Amino acid sequence: MPETTGLSLDSVSVLLVWTAIAVYALAFIAYAVDLARRGAVAVDAQVPQRELVGAGRAGIIPSMTAQETKADAALNAPIGQRQRLVWARIGTSLTVLGFLFHLSGDVTRGIAAGRVPWSNMYEFALTGTLLIVAVYLGVLFRYDLRFLGTFITGLVVVLLGGATLAFYVEIVPLMDPLKSVWLVIHVFVASLATALFALAFGLSVLQLMQARRERRITAAAEVEAEAASAAGPTRPEAPGDASAAPGGGVGTAPPKSGPRFLGTLPGADALESLAYRFAILGFIFWTFTLIAGSIWANDAWGRYWGFDTKEVWTFVVWVLYAGYIHARATRGWRGSRSAWLSIIGFTAVMFNFTIVNMFFKGLHAYSGLS
Amino acid sequence: MSPSRSDADSAVSDPLRPSDHADTAASGDITNPALGFVGWIRWGWRQLTSMRTALVLLLLLAIAAVPGSLVPQRSADPNGVTQYFADNPDLAPVLDALSMFDVYASPWFSAIYILLFISLIGCVIPRTAHHWKALRARPPRTPARLARLDVHRSETLELNSGEDAAAAASAAIEAAQQQLKKSGYRVERYDSGSALSVSAERGYLRETGNLVFHGALVGVLLAVGIGGGFTYTGQTVIIEGRTFVNTLLDYTSFNPGRFVDGDTLAPYALTLDRFDVTYQPLGAQGQGQAGDFVANLTTEHSGGEPQSGEVRVNHPLEMAGDRIYLMGNGYAPTLTIRDPEGEIVFSESVPFLPQDNNMTSLGVVKVPDGLADQLGLVGFFYPTQAELHTGAFTSAYPALGLPVVSLDVYAGDLGIDDGTPRSVYTLDPTGMDKLSGRGTDVESIELAPGETADLPGGYGSITFENEAPEGAEGYDGAVKRYVSLSIHRDDAAGWVLAFAVLATAGLLAALFVPRRRLWVKVTADDGALRLEYAGLARGEDPTLDDAVTQFAQRHLASLQASKYPRVD
Ligand code: HEM
Repeated sequence: MPETTGLSLDSVSVLLVWTAIAVYALAFIAYAVDLARRGAVAVDAQVPQRELVGAGRAGIIPSMTAQETKADAALNAPIGQRQRLVWARIGTSLTVLGFLFHLSGDVTRGIAAGRVPWSNMYEFALTGTLLIVAVYLGVLFRYDLRFLGTFITGLVVVLLGGATLAFYVEIVPLMDPLKSVWLVIHVFVASLATALFALAFGLSVLQLMQARRERRITAAAEVEAEAASAAGPTRPEAPGDASAAPGGGVGTAPPKSGPRFLGTLPGADALESLAYRFAILGFIFWTFTLIAGSIWANDAWGRYWGFDTKEVWTFVVWVLYAGYIHARATRGWRGSRSAWLSIIGFTAVMFNFTIVNMFFKGLHAYSGLS
Repeated sequence: MSPSRSDADSAVSDPLRPSDHADTAASGDITNPALGFVGWIRWGWRQLTSMRTALVLLLLLAIAAVPGSLVPQRSADPNGVTQYFADNPDLAPVLDALSMFDVYASPWFSAIYILLFISLIGCVIPRTAHHWKALRARPPRTPARLARLDVHRSETLELNSGEDAAAAASAAIEAAQQQLKKSGYRVERYDSGSALSVSAERGYLRETGNLVFHGALVGVLLAVGIGGGFTYTGQTVIIEGRTFVNTLLDYTSFNPGRFVDGDTLAPYALTLDRFDVTYQPLGAQGQGQAGDFVANLTTEHSGGEPQSGEVRVNHPLEMAGDRIYLMGNGYAPTLTIRDPEGEIVFSESVPFLPQDNNMTSLGVVKVPDGLADQLGLVGFFYPTQAELHTGAFTSAYPALGLPVVSLDVYAGDLGIDDGTPRSVYTLDPTGMDKLSGRGTDVESIELAPGETADLPGGYGSITFENEAPEGAEGYDGAVKRYVSLSIHRDDAAGWVLAFAVLATAGLLAALFVPRRRLWVKVTADDGALRLEYAGLARGEDPTLDDAVTQFAQRHLASLQASKYPRVD
């Protein structure tokens, strides 16, 4: 029906979505400031420690371990007892605010359309990113994952902004194949899985950065220890001497080992096991997506599986994450190698959502774009 | 962990894992064998059933599946393949030689998943046998030094003066045993001297789930593979008022599985009474978009009463175990051709294939007999005719607003007499003369329902029959509709689903049931009890720490509640 009133419910929805994007962008900035400040804090905390300890090996590794223990505890701290990070708080508050706008935008779109708001590309993106934020905020109740805030808000700004610019379509009635309860279930669960994979991805990336940092620090400490033991017999012990020794310089100022905020984050192992937990939850939902999709395909297209492009990619993603789970249980693959699989898996999820929807020919022609 | 007596028990109750599993200690197991033929076979088998092989094959499977989404597949998109050959005449044969158009049936794709499943079976069978034994094994002996385990808590409980330490210790350990048992642990007492201990293990379901999951994947594969042989798919077209009988004759195409006998199809008949569809009205969002397709049928099992049935998108109709799907629809204008004497030589409703969303449809009429020459007519049907600025016609709306057929006439040899199979939807004009339309002096024939025109060349006349019932308004019902139906039988689909659901259930258990050991040790010591609690995770178990702490708290609280006041 042509709109007669000045502002249709759908344009209200679009307005709300743009507001949400703007607020998320602010949240992204706040979270970024938080990371930068954490970096500064990490350096401040290191200085006195360094002065206290003499030889490098004795100093750097224990201080790294102590920091990690602290970070692991902070990760699991209940809400009331978390680190007071002003900028992270601002970031989270803004994310909640953005989420509320986003939710209203999503709901008004649904009301305007008179159905669930996830039946074309624009709406998939709208609801999918809403779930990413919802899962992130939900997880915050259990883990202090605010260090992932930049990643989550950044991802959402890009996806939601991009979708609103490139994929927006006016509301049209549902195409017949989409009139099914499976639309409600299949697509919703797929988005939920995507949100969990996104968190796992963020953690896996941090895990890789952290593992590199740990490797470099350990290597530097070893160099220093060697230097110290080589110098030891010829030079008498003197307080402060180690920092003046040739190797001391390397040890006291660790070589470039990535952004400094890493120093305030949990260790690579802790990040890995957390990433794994999100990935297996995502994997369960993805398995369910696959099965629900097959049931739906059997009703709509007359076969439960036909290697349609979208089916292929859903299968590829499933196999990749099965590979990731296996890799974690395989000697020589646990750690950084398996993290790469989590990263590749999420890349495939994003590819499936964007490129496959837009450019691949297949039966899943529901993007609403022509 | 240092080797201890408990390792022997552990080996029985621990799940069996391939030798390169992250939880098993490196043992140099996979070294070159110097054991002759049998040795090589064993070595090869161990390689095939290792975690690394499974992982590599999984990744290969993921990679191998991708090309099938980049290049059209014969199974999903045969027309796409034909088009691809036309567009890339040099590349296509090369790709074809690599099975790129049949990726999922290709030797290389099959090799990967078959190897993967051999590996899987080889991996799962010994583990199942082992797990079967583990389910009956007693929890392992309490390690001598609990403090060395992943999680360890230690408490001291002072006794009242004069209290019997041995009795108190025994009561404490019994309480622990009871509580552990109640929380689903399998428990076993191991006392040595003054140290009383209970060893407990839970979460065998984790390994059961893992085995069920992997086993169910084999089930899915077998159900798909074997079931495929009993599957058939056929396509047919029914015009309003006509009847389809479920025999090979009435199918336009039929793809049976290996074990299907096409002569013994379930006997039933379907008559299309009416096809309904709604279109978004002009001026609305999504104007002309079609929806709510319904094929209203009369169905009849052989010897049964006729019944009415419906086929809608997402709602196939079940007939004798077959599922009937609505795949497409279109208009079938009824055309009557008379010879110059006025005798009817052709009178049929001809299905026209829709070419766009407004149902501009392409159709072919073939008149092999009854006229001086064979005639072929090719043309379009426009449910709502409109003129483009190029002068060409198109349809502006999919419903019957201003229905028109426009036909060009060819005379000559249709090329069907020598038995060469020809599609009813295409006309091969070689050997025929074009009598009207572009390139000739004669205008194309244009007819609205109810109108008649002369055929060019004096061959007679053609009428576009108006099928509207008496007294209908406008063109409502003036042109018959047809539906294309797809009829499937797949008895194995239910099995596939059952195995998939079983796999998911197994997966949930395998991933989320924690497998852990817990020990409680009580030592009487000089008027006090020393209580030790320790836990060990078997596999991923993020909540172990909490579990041990909570158990210790609960146990202590129960001891204190029952007459042992705590003195710190
Ligand atoms: C179709 C191929 C396969 C798929 C999709 C698959 C998938 C999975 C998944 C999702 C898990 C995690 C759930 C769990 O821990 O139980 C898993 C675990 C496991 N799989 Fe497979 N698998 C496959 C083949 C194999 C093969 C060939 C082997 C033998 C080498 C194997 C051995 C294992 C083992 C030992 C675990 C337990 C890992 C752990 O301790 O956490 N799998 N598999």
